[in-house]
Formats: sequence, C-alpha cells, structure tokens
Amino acid sequence: MRFLFKTDYDQDIRLFKHGGQVFWYGLLMALLLAAPFLVDEYVMSQLHFICIYSIVGLGLMLLVGFTGQISLGHAAFLAVGAYTEALLQAKGVPVFISLPCAALFSAAAGLIVGLPALRLKGIYLAIATLAFNVIVEEVITRWEGLTGGNSGLHLKPVEIFGVTLDGDAGFFYLCLGLTVLSILALMNLLRSPTGRAFVAIRDSEISASCMGVNLAKYKTLSFAISAALTGIGGALYAHKVSFISPEQFTLLQSIELVTIVILGGVGFLHGAVLGAAFLIVLPQLISLAKDYLPANVGGTGLQAVVFGLVLIGFIIFEPLGLYGRWLKVRTWFELFPFYRKGMFRRQKSYMKSERLR
Amino acid sequence: MSQVLQLLLAGVAQGCVYALVALGFVLIYKATETVNFAQGDLMMLGGFFALTSSVILGWPYWATIVFAVAAMAAVGMLIERLVLRPVLGQPAFTVVMITIGVGYVLRGVVTMIPGWGTDTYTLPTPFSEGVFQIGEVIFAVQQVAVIGMTAALCAVLYLFFRFSKLGVAMQATSQNQLAAAYMGIPVRRVNMMIWGLSAGVAAFAGILLAPATFVHSNMGFIGLKAFPAAVVGGFGSVPGAIVGGLIIGLVEAFAGRYMPEGFKDVAAYVVVLVVLLLRPSGIFGETAQKKV
Repeated sequence: MRFLFKTDYDQDIRLFKHGGQVFWYGLLMALLLAAPFLVDEYVMSQLHFICIYSIVGLGLMLLVGFTGQISLGHAAFLAVGAYTEALLQAKGVPVFISLPCAALFSAAAGLIVGLPALRLKGIYLAIATLAFNVIVEEVITRWEGLTGGNSGLHLKPVEIFGVTLDGDAGFFYLCLGLTVLSILALMNLLRSPTGRAFVAIRDSEISASCMGVNLAKYKTLSFAISAALTGIGGALYAHKVSFISPEQFTLLQSIELVTIVILGGVGFLHGAVLGAAFLIVLPQLISLAKDYLPANVGGTGLQAVVFGLVLIGFIIFEPLGLYGRWLKVRTWFELFPFYRKGMFRRQKSYMKSERLR
Repeated sequence: MSQVLQLLLAGVAQGCVYALVALGFVLIYKATETVNFAQGDLMMLGGFFALTSSVILGWPYWATIVFAVAAMAAVGMLIERLVLRPVLGQPAFTVVMITIGVGYVLRGVVTMIPGWGTDTYTLPTPFSEGVFQIGEVIFAVQQVAVIGMTAALCAVLYLFFRFSKLGVAMQATSQNQLAAAYMGIPVRRVNMMIWGLSAGVAAFAGILLAPATFVHSNMGFIGLKAFPAAVVGGFGSVPGAIVGGLIIGLVEAFAGRYMPEGFKDVAAYVVVLVVLLLRPSGIFGETAQKKV
C-alpha cells in the first residue's frame, strides 16, 4: 500500500499524484503511440472511434458529471461540428483553422442552449435540449442548399501542411493528440477556480450562489466548453466516416452519448474514456455472440436489448460505472484483508423533491 | 371556414393520442417524480398485445381493449418492481436513464418474439372506414371514435381519482410521500399501482393510435411528441396533460397546412421551447419556491 505524505499544498492539485501514475500513464501512452505498428487495420479503426467518442464523452462529462446539468441534445453539437468541418473543408480551409472553427460554432450553439438552462432544471432542461436536438436535425434536413439535406455531404481525408492523413496511423495520431490535449485541458480546468465553481453548482446550486458563484455565467460557460469539445469530436467523426447525413445525429445518438458518461462513471474523467471504449467494443461482442443464438433472437433487436440491459444493470448494480468498479477493485487490493462491503455505498437519502426549488 | 373546422377535428383527434401518452408521463411523474422515457414503448407494447388478441386470437374489439390494458398494467407493475424500486431515491437523471434503458429493452424484445417481429401490422377496428358529413365538414368515424374514447377514459380517470379509495391514496402519495406514509398508505405499493395504471393508459393510447400509424416496433417514438404535450401543460398536472396534448395536436395540424414543409415535425418542439422560456414549469405547472 502506498502512503502519500503531503508536505506541500501544491501536492493536492498536482496533475500526477505520485511516480506510479507517471509510470503507468507513460506506459499507456507509449503503447498507444506504438499501436499503429502493433495492431491490424480493423482494430485501428476501432481505436479511431474510441478516441473520437472519448473527446465527446469528455465534453459531456464536464457538463453532466461536473456541472450537474442534463443534456439529451449533444448529437446536435456533434452535428454542428461535423457540418462546419465538412463545409469549411469543401471551401478549401486548412484543418488547423477549420477544426477550431468547428469548436467555436459548436460553442456558440452551446451558448444558445445554455441560455434557457439558466431558468430550467432537471427534466425540463433535458426536454429543452431534446427539443433543440430535434430542431437542429430538422434544419439540417431541410436546408438543402447548405447541407445537402438527406443526401448528405462527403469529406476528403485530413490534410495538414500538404501531407494527406489518409492512412490509419496519421489520423490516429491526430485523434490521439486531440484526446490527450482535451484530457489535459479538462484536468487543468477542473483544478482552477472555474472548475471548482462547476463542481459547486453540481453539488448545490443554492450554496454555490451563496458562496458567490455566478450561476448564469458558469452554467453557460460549462455548456459552451462541453459543446466545443463535442464539436471537435464531431469534426473528427465527420472525417472518420467521410460521409455525414442528418440521420447520424438523431436523438438516439444523443442518448448513446449520454450512456458513455453513465457507463464510464459519472464524475470521473477516466470514466469518459472507459465509457467510450466500452460503447465501441460492445457491438463487436454482440456480433460475436450472434453466431451462438437462435435466428429470431440474434436479429436486429439483440443490440437494443443488450444495450438496454447493460444500461439498467450498471445503474442498479454499479452506479459509479466502470471507473467506480476499478476503484473498488484497487481499494480491495490496497487494503487487502480490511476491505469492507459498504465502503463505497452511496448514502441513502430520502427522495428529494425537484418540484420545490 | 370548413377547412379550418376540418383541421380542428384532425388536430383534436391527433392531440387526444398525445394527451393520453402525456397523461401516462404525468401520472408517473406526479407520484414518483420519475420521467418515464419508456412511455412510448409501453404504448407500442400495448399495441402488440392488442394485435395478438385481435388478429391471432380473434377476439372482439372490446375484449382486445380489456386484454391489452390488463396485460400492460401487469407489465407496468413488473417494471416498477424489478427496475425502478431498487433505484428509489437516486438522482432524477439516473432514473431517467434507467427508463431509457427499459425503452431499449422493450423495443428489442418485441422484435424477438415470434409472430411480432420487425414487420408492420394493421389492427382491425370496428370503425375503420366510414365517414359522415355535417354541413361542409367531413367527419371520419375513426377520428370521432378516438375523441369519444379519450373523453370517456378521462371521465373514468376523474371519477377514479375523485371517489375511489385507491385513487385518493394515489393523490395523497403524489402530493407528499412522507405524509402519505404516516397516514398508513403503503406508498411503495401505490407507486407500483400507478405504474400499472400508467402502462394501462399507454396501452389504450396504443390501440387508439394503431389505425393511424399501424403497429410496429418503432411506433413508440411518438412518445417523444408527447413530451412537449406534457411540458406545455406542466409536468405534474393531469388536466395540463390533456390541454397540452390538444395544443400540440392542433399546432401540428395547422402548421402542416399553413407553414412550409418540415415545420409540422418541429412545431411541437418550437412550442415547447417557447413555453419553457416564458413559463418554465408549463401552463398548469406548480410554481412553489424552496425555502432555505
């Protein structure tokens, strides 16, 4: 077991708490950098998706896990990012300008959604974001002059300084780099006063505003940052699938994005990455299992059933998600004979009414 | 003029279905503060139960309704007992996600059951085809029947909540769970019954909707249209759900006629955003303030 002797206040906010973390994250990074030489094309493609969904998951995690706001409309931000990237690329804008533009446009959309969020809470906010998602989807479908409507838009591979990233490796490094940058940015954000304000809002809006947190400012900011990250994810997604159309950005997509956060573990940055990996790997596992099932069970409905059951199972049996499970396992080993069953138990509270607010 | 009346009729008929689904949301929300995203899928399952009894078993229409409503009430209670009771008291968002999970499972399971599958079916009704005319307005018997049956169901529900012991207990539970428990009401069992009631209403809505959209595994997505209805009316008000449903139905009917193409599908959501901006808790919503 490791004991951390704190001799300095800076130790509390250091990015890496001890040498072990530096070693293990370094090893992970080295493995990921070597991945294009180690695994085949198919696995690389899945790694692309994991990186892209991680970025989106990180954005959503900031909003849901750290600011406590609900969004069922993140597919709309994904769409804004993807379409901005597609349109700018078609105009010949280089990627290091179009990618920030995608983030900016999404952030602007996030600001628009964030404004009603100042007055709305809980389920009303969820429905407002849901309505936003449906409206954006419909606008994309109908605005054929700009977006091509249902026939969609095609994208070319990313090009940086005249080098075309059409291979798996180049695009993977781009995605990986952006994922790592997003993680570092969020880690830094969360240890800054802004991040602390977000967490305060999540824990109690009333006490946060009593402590001088400007609710309007920080809620909108959280929506904007979250939307910006989702927009970057959307731009990369557009490049990855190289064809975008409105039906990729429906409400179901939004719900899938939220499940990244839930399955990974609400309130942990690790959770966003783990949840994204899980969401990408799950369909592969299901298609493997299909061969062993009778024909009517192994049809199109199987994925929905498994997905739903996994979601329900996680919420009932492991509300802290995948990362929470890992924390429990780690604590079990660290404390070896002394782990108690109730150590991570959520304090039971009486149902808090949302109607009184 | 006759065109407006015609649209009015179509809007009200469609609004009645939204109202019934919204009623399901509101019943559950009022009692347990859970927003049930699976309400549309419960409706879909109700439609399939009706299909089974009417097409496969060949039962008459009234028996079909009774069977589907009873079967769905059982399913609703089962869902509450198995899935929702373990997460009682957890944050609202967690519970919402669990109902979304339930929706996924229902949608998937329906495609796996032999005889149901992914196909689209028609549910025969005794008033499928006929039309009659008063003045210049043409009434489809189907639409009139939907409106009449919705009105009848609302009357029954009103009498139930007003005069039956269980109905009053449900009202008490939805107003204050703790106080209801002190008065000797078995709150958990009442919650279960409310899920059953709400699922039964969903099945009824599914039967009424079936002639318009047919029965298939994705018909539950109409539940998403019923959200705006519930929100517009105020998510905790039973009359609000009815009024909200009618408003959404009418807005859709008129938007489809007088606005450019595409507006029909988003009209409901535009209305909901406007209502949320002006009056965040809906038209009939409670606006209580928390005292610190």
